[in-house]
Amino acid sequence: MAVATPAVAEAASRTRNPVLAFGRAQPLGAVSLVAIVAMMFGGIFAELVAPYDPLAIDFGSMLAGPSIEHWFGTDAFGRDILSRVIYGARTALVIGFTSSFIGSTAGAIVGTASAYFGGRLDSVIQRFVDILLSFPIIVLALVVVAVLGRTLVLGIDVNLIFAIAVPILPKVARVVRAAALSVRAMPYIDAARAAGYSHLRIIVRHMAPNLVAPYIIMLTAYIAQAILLEASLSFLGLGVTEPTPAWGLMLSGNASDFFREAPWMILFPGIAISVAVFAFNLFGDAMRDWLDPKFKL
Amino acid sequence: MLTAVSVPPPQAAAQRTSVAGPLLAVENIHVQFATDGGIIRAVEGLSFSINPGEIVAVVGESGSGKSVSALSIMRLLPRRSGRVTNGRILFEGQDLLHLPEEEMRAIRGRDIAMIFQEPMTSLNPILTVGFQIMEPLKIHRGMNDAEAGPRAVELMRLVGISDAERRLGQYPHQFSGGMRQRVMIAIGLACNPKLIIADEPTTALDVTIQAQILELMKDLARRFNIALIVITHNLGIVARYADRVIVMYSGRLVEQGPAEAIFHRPRHPYTMGLLRAVPRLDRPRGAQLETIEGLPPSLAAPPIGCRFAPRCAHALDACGHEPPLVAIEPGHFSACIRAADIAAGRIASTAPASAATQTSAVAEPAPLLSIRGLTKHFTIKQGLLGKKTALRAVEDVNFDIFPGETLGLVGESGCGKTTVGRLILRLEEPTAGEIRFEGVDLGGADPAALRAVRRRIQVIFQDPYSSLNPRMTVGQIVGEPLHVYGLVADAAAAVRRVADLLEQVGLRPEISARYPHQLSGGQRQRVGIARALAMEPRFIVCDEAVSALDVSIQGQIINLLEDLQRRYGLSYLFIAHDLAVVRHISMRVVVMYLGRIMEIADRDTLYREPLHPYTKLLLDAAPVPDPDIEKARQPRLIIGELPSPLAPPTGCVFSTRCPLAGPECSQTVPALREVRPGHLAACLKI
Repeated sequence: MAVATPAVAEAASRTRNPVLAFGRAQPLGAVSLVAIVAMMFGGIFAELVAPYDPLAIDFGSMLAGPSIEHWFGTDAFGRDILSRVIYGARTALVIGFTSSFIGSTAGAIVGTASAYFGGRLDSVIQRFVDILLSFPIIVLALVVVAVLGRTLVLGIDVNLIFAIAVPILPKVARVVRAAALSVRAMPYIDAARAAGYSHLRIIVRHMAPNLVAPYIIMLTAYIAQAILLEASLSFLGLGVTEPTPAWGLMLSGNASDFFREAPWMILFPGIAISVAVFAFNLFGDAMRDWLDPKFKL
Repeated sequence: MLTAVSVPPPQAAAQRTSVAGPLLAVENIHVQFATDGGIIRAVEGLSFSINPGEIVAVVGESGSGKSVSALSIMRLLPRRSGRVTNGRILFEGQDLLHLPEEEMRAIRGRDIAMIFQEPMTSLNPILTVGFQIMEPLKIHRGMNDAEAGPRAVELMRLVGISDAERRLGQYPHQFSGGMRQRVMIAIGLACNPKLIIADEPTTALDVTIQAQILELMKDLARRFNIALIVITHNLGIVARYADRVIVMYSGRLVEQGPAEAIFHRPRHPYTMGLLRAVPRLDRPRGAQLETIEGLPPSLAAPPIGCRFAPRCAHALDACGHEPPLVAIEPGHFSACIRAADIAAGRIASTAPASAATQTSAVAEPAPLLSIRGLTKHFTIKQGLLGKKTALRAVEDVNFDIFPGETLGLVGESGCGKTTVGRLILRLEEPTAGEIRFEGVDLGGADPAALRAVRRRIQVIFQDPYSSLNPRMTVGQIVGEPLHVYGLVADAAAAVRRVADLLEQVGLRPEISARYPHQLSGGQRQRVGIARALAMEPRFIVCDEAVSALDVSIQGQIINLLEDLQRRYGLSYLFIAHDLAVVRHISMRVVVMYLGRIMEIADRDTLYREPLHPYTKLLLDAAPVPDPDIEKARQPRLIIGELPSPLAPPTGCVFSTRCPLAGPECSQTVPALREVRPGHLAACLKI
């Protein structure tokens, strides 16, 4: 009868260090992972890493260019830009990650339910998604911020997180619904239905694991989007407020006034935003390939 | 020129066409693919030749290298990973492997044409059919529209498409599958090629359409003296078509010879096994199918010596050495060191039939499953305004299945057979009608009762690749129902039960740690069966359960299903389009056409004396793996195409294609009536 070949080689590959295995299979993903880990490290241990207090005003060295003392220069209040960029990573990551997580997860649940149940529920959900999608992202976020105002929990504006999560939800719901529709049509879902399993079990045990790939790629890609959106809202004065260090905020206000004399004020937070967005996008791509079981043998 | 060829051209064919040399000579080619898993040696040392006008069939299972060989001849291997490392491919004396790409392009489509398996995807959906037929004429023959147009009309007529002028302006989606394959043939014929390579040309088509296309290709090849290479896994097709047969196994040629010799005097154990493993339509069902045990070897790490030796019942120690291709009789070659023993009859060509026979008639008063007036209409929205039309998938279907019985359900695609299965499984809600299982009406049952019943009705799907959740291990897949329904006491008992179930279906328990993509097709199908068995069902719907599998694996699965039926007293609804498989496994057979039942009878009665004209034509159309029968008979082809289920014919649905149809047939819907005891048919003319 059918004979299984020994699973020795496979066992060896499974016990191998997963981080090393990931690096070997996805070199670009590994580079982006290094950037993300560095950002997280800086954000978490900002007090230890940053050379100065990000809020300390020093009128003795206003608008100083990059130097040994101030690697990234100082701003109009003499605050150290390197320190503010490092503390800004904390703001960006907290808001970026939580809002993307909330938006993507809610979107994935809505999208999966919409695809699984189909029919009228699907139509209603999809029209609602259409309405949300018809607003430009920034406008939608502005509306939410304007309506809800500010609610600070542990020094973080939860309504800002919510405002960024709302525009993410319909986009993720659309993509996950499309993926869920094709999973829904697979014979193994029919087999689960024929076995008389509950809706919850079929969605959680049989559909969700097959939707992890689109979910993870959306989640990581929208961390980048959320960081951008937070920066935009802060730039517009509706996000994080002074004096909290935030990358978007650092680009706005008098930074633009002193653009010619002190370009480093814009350059470094700008680079920080780009690197963060780029790293999360690359990481999302790498995760998608990595999570596909067909790539593992 | 031919002195270097290791295999001389067959005598018989050479005499028939007394041309200087063969049209195509493949000499000792090796094809390799570089993959992440190492180098795959897809073809090794393949040599054969084809004379003008000859029809050669290349037979083999998936992974045997038959399609790769065809792509190598056309130089269409994936550019980066696949390459021919060795050997020559001489076409009219020119080595195709060393032609500049420019000259090769001129040969493709002009001298050598290719027809692919999937007519749905091998035509470009956004170009008209006429454009696609005229394209090779313009490119290779330098014709303009005015010249190419009439030639396209001529080609369409040649392949049997009526109303050619109008249909040239249509798009592929306006053609049915069979018609599209005709268009593909017309494109292939456009430039009067000398050689056509057809890769599984009829595999995706229904039996009746398949017969039409086969006849057409054979007829055209004869008329225009075109050499034809047909790549197929269906031995019946080979028998109908081929002058000569090449059998491949695991990248190597194992036997080649005239069709008649291959079928009547196979001299390689693999060919012998292959011929025995197919259920036969032309013979009464014996006992269990004889199968080739085991799996084909991995091409990344093939066995040393004869590739078939690990699965061969007659292997000797000497099989560890490369077997040479030796001539047994003129034109007949076998790569088996025991070919002489086989010829001398020292190795039995058919093994003695096993004792386990099937009980044909089940006399049990109470049916396990009883279906009355089952009807399913799907609502289809057409156009922007959403005009709703009913697609009549199933109309007024009645039948019973008794405990321990296998009921075969046959019909062409679109006849509603799969929908009947899905309705029984409650994957679809019936529009009307009643399904009673163990006396309980599934439609009226409350959720708790339905849940209890549901476990006892299980399903095995066609596609072993998509019917298992890719994110779950085999152990999780098989073990899940045990946990959900509390069929085992604890986790340790579940592990034991899973191991037991895997053993029941012929798999090793270690396999439970693996994911489906790490298994072969046959192994996956076994896992699907184990999953169904875990529920302790009484009734299993087998929806085309073996049609996606290779011949040798198919036989193993059929035998397994029969074993399990005996062991657990299971009942099966066996849905299939392959009449021979249905004949082998079923006790009674239901024939469906366009949503309605045409005929119900005992297996033997139905195949011996079919009553309904549709059943008769269906049986006639199916090819049988015996060249004498195939070449002798004139098939009565079913003319025309399947009508759309959106607008079925009035009266008898088969009346538009029926040779017996009279005016009354389009007036009244014939009722299914008992013509003889236990033999029901729905026809006014009998």
